[in-house]
Amino acid sequence: MEKKAGFAKPEALTDALTHYCPGCTHGIIHRLIAEVIDELGIREITIGIAPVGCAVLAYNYFNLDFAEAAHGRAPAMATGLKRVQPDKVVFTYQGDGDLAAIGTAEIVHAASRGENITTIFINNAIYGMTGGQMAPTTLPGQVTTSTPFGRDVKLAGHPLRVAELIATTSGAAYVVRRMVTKPATIASAKKAIKLAFQAQRAELGFSLVEILSSCPTNWGLSPLEALEWVEENMASYYPLGDYKVIDEVKSLK
Amino acid sequence: MAKILMKGNEAIAEAAIRAGCEAYFGYPITPQTELLEYMSRRMVELGRVFLQAESELSAINMVYGAACAGARVMTSTSSPGFSLMQEGISYIVCSEVPAVVINVMRGGPGLGNIQPSQGDYFQMTKGGGHGDYNVIVLAPATLQEAIDLTILAFDLADKYRSVATIIADGMIGQIMEPVELPEIEPPKRPEQPWALTGAKGREKNIITSLYLGGPNLEKVNLRLQETLEEIKANEVRYAEYMLEGAEIVVVAYGTAGRIAQTVVQEAREEGIPAGLFRPITMFPFPYDRLDEVAKSVEHLLVFELNAGQMLEDVRLATRDRLPIHFYGKMGGVVPSPAEVLAQIKKIASPQQGER
Ligand SMILES: Cc1ncc(C[n+]2csc(CCOP(=O)(O)OP(=O)(O)O)c2C)c(N)n1
Ligand code: SF4
Repeated sequence: MEKKAGFAKPEALTDALTHYCPGCTHGIIHRLIAEVIDELGIREITIGIAPVGCAVLAYNYFNLDFAEAAHGRAPAMATGLKRVQPDKVVFTYQGDGDLAAIGTAEIVHAASRGENITTIFINNAIYGMTGGQMAPTTLPGQVTTSTPFGRDVKLAGHPLRVAELIATTSGAAYVVRRMVTKPATIASAKKAIKLAFQAQRAELGFSLVEILSSCPTNWGLSPLEALEWVEENMASYYPLGDYKVIDEVKSLK
Repeated sequence: MAKILMKGNEAIAEAAIRAGCEAYFGYPITPQTELLEYMSRRMVELGRVFLQAESELSAINMVYGAACAGARVMTSTSSPGFSLMQEGISYIVCSEVPAVVINVMRGGPGLGNIQPSQGDYFQMTKGGGHGDYNVIVLAPATLQEAIDLTILAFDLADKYRSVATIIADGMIGQIMEPVELPEIEPPKRPEQPWALTGAKGREKNIITSLYLGGPNLEKVNLRLQETLEEIKANEVRYAEYMLEGAEIVVVAYGTAGRIAQTVVQEAREEGIPAGLFRPITMFPFPYDRLDEVAKSVEHLLVFELNAGQMLEDVRLATRDRLPIHFYGKMGGVVPSPAEVLAQIKKIASPQQGER
């Protein structure tokens, strides 16, 4: 079958149907990563690491060598994979529970070591896979199945701003926050993902792209409402922007 | 080959290097730390991978990653660190990638102390982490044996695509002894078509421990059990000492086994027909051979540096057919040969001891 330019599936994706809910932006982000891998011509040297979370089966959707990590440990696993084969491109794909709760130590230290890997961080302000409990990124006042009265920061603590935190580490080369709500923001997210992989290829250190993502199912919103919720509520608490871009990365542009 | 004087932890480290260990990830903890320190120097000198992780959780997952890439990889720790590694070990076993883990045990539970102990027997030989699995567990009683078993551990991990461990205690880690370090040819490793090296000119590889749906995981469980059966059939190892005519046989491993050897010799000198059965593989445990041995003796004396953990396997092996006595020391207390000998004497002539 002849594929239409622009709509062809990237080579870095398989034909498998994903299990993501309708309107979930995990799928969009998968596609952006795959397009970037195709454009950089690195499919055959790239190894991905799936998290524990809704993206646990990402290995079925990417046409790449893939490992599935224990909850939160993807950056450590990536470190092992990369250290023994530094010529390969290694990335982790992690949700906010995985990266910012149970795996906080692993991500901070991978960044701090300047581990030459890339992390795509999906911030959807909730635990998707387990059915909508509070995540470390859940907004103040946000109702979840484990904050039925809304997140009370006095009791449940404050949301964690990951991009800002990781940007403080000396080993980080490229740390930015994006969202994937409309064509313009999606294009910007793709550019960031590309730059993150390029930074790794240039051996510049750790790169992280935080992406504000929607979870219509557990937010109890329609897909469109969920995208609006990202723009209205998440983007104000988690401002989009470039939190750390070292000069060598700037010159990659 | 000339013998050189080495400390246990360093001997194990050097053995791993000679076995072709390509990557080491670890976290400092006494009484194992010299192993990590030795690796931090030698691995770097050899252009191999050394990394001090931020925790044992991370160390074992770095091992997991490197193992997925097909590297010969190892970590080392002591009891509290081994507890933390259990999650990762469970994942590694389910993913069927090879790795070596050294546990230089210390007193527990809790933070315990840094003295020698065998308190991790249960958590090492009975699975330890979640799910149905076991790892290979090798128990050295001397530094030479620690070297030989470390080299063996890499080969067994490769052969069965699983985790092979060394169950050493702080005594083995800390003492110095003359040892012979073998010169080893570059290891002949099995092919690794499963390794994550980039899907170049082949279908992509996936390494996962997730198998959704009952029958899918059950298939993996059955395969893992099959591997364990093979391990049980092929890899049982033990040492026997003065079993000829023995009526009282001490069953002990590691440092306890070493003390027991001295004790058995002394008992014989005093005319007590004692012998020693020393398991070397704690998993697979030498059930059948111990059962055989027990058939021609009057008493077994299980001696461990814990509250009686291997004791359960000895009872299982012999089905309690004969009197099984136990002498254990906890808290990092290592008894003198005289104390153990007193136990043998009590068994030999009960009227002399308190009943
Ligand atoms: C050690 C461990 N603890 C808890 C869980 C259960 N669990 C699975 S996914 C998940 C949260 C995932 O949330 P997130 O990382 O935000 O990803 P999302 O599903 O939202 O994409 C939890 C707690 C687990 N699998 N392992
Ligand atoms: S539960 Fe939420 S994050 Fe998970 S697939 Fe559904 S919409 Fe996406």
